[in-house]
Amino acid sequence: MNTTVPAEWYLILSAALFTLGVVGFLIKRSLISIFMSIELMLNAVNLSFVTFAHEWHAVKGQIFVFFVMMVAAAEAAVGLAIIISIFRARGTLTVDQIDLMKL
Amino acid sequence: MHLVLFLIFALFALAGAVNLLLQKHPINSALSLIVVMSSLAVLYLLLGAEFLAMAQIIVYAGAIMVLFTFVVMLLNEGREEKTWGSHTAKTLGFPAVAVLLAVLSATILRAGRHYGMISLSDGVTTTQELSRVLFHDLLLPFELTSVLILIAILGAVALARKDNGEA
Repeated sequence: MNTTVPAEWYLILSAALFTLGVVGFLIKRSLISIFMSIELMLNAVNLSFVTFAHEWHAVKGQIFVFFVMMVAAAEAAVGLAIIISIFRARGTLTVDQIDLMKL
Repeated sequence: MHLVLFLIFALFALAGAVNLLLQKHPINSALSLIVVMSSLAVLYLLLGAEFLAMAQIIVYAGAIMVLFTFVVMLLNEGREEKTWGSHTAKTLGFPAVAVLLAVLSATILRAGRHYGMISLSDGVTTTQELSRVLFHDLLLPFELTSVLILIAILGAVALARKDNGEA
């Protein structure tokens, strides 16, 4: 038994995950949760990269996902350090109270 | 078999993502994100990307999410207050997001007629093929990422250090 799945199902799943990440970015009020929504969006894009790599038998698509993972790791390390330092300075992670740079 | 596995883990990924939005405590959001990332690893495996599936588990579900849960527990911020955004977000943001999803899905469905079916017997991209491209054609970008990681480590240490008085 070897059923098949259309490639666009994977792409639609990727689009849905990306949209959920955007919604999380908009409605979440904690800095860490917003950061997690960004990670969710990165993952959604990775899924479509892998799908297209499979579709067109292109290894470079998978290499791209590998590089996205590396950049996401670096970004997570620096971002979480910034979050720690914000918490130390302001004592809160609620974005409504971290609005010094807002006009 | 492929269809069943796809449906199960796509459902897990979507449920985890929705749960990430609904949970009020960041630690619950972090755990749902781990569910999403692990299900994506299975989907990568279904697409024949065996190396990426393992890297997804080790790097994302492992390293990055451990970092997240570590910071959540270190700061111990507690529940976030329940706000559903401003008036602008309701009137403008959510329709815009709905339009985004509609446009993406419509584009994919229109282009999708030319895409093939994915089957488990399509074969896998072996780590050997992947590393041949990575270490022959893309050696310089690969080495540059190691510099990037090094800079990120130094930056994280410098930012999170306590005793410099200005943090």
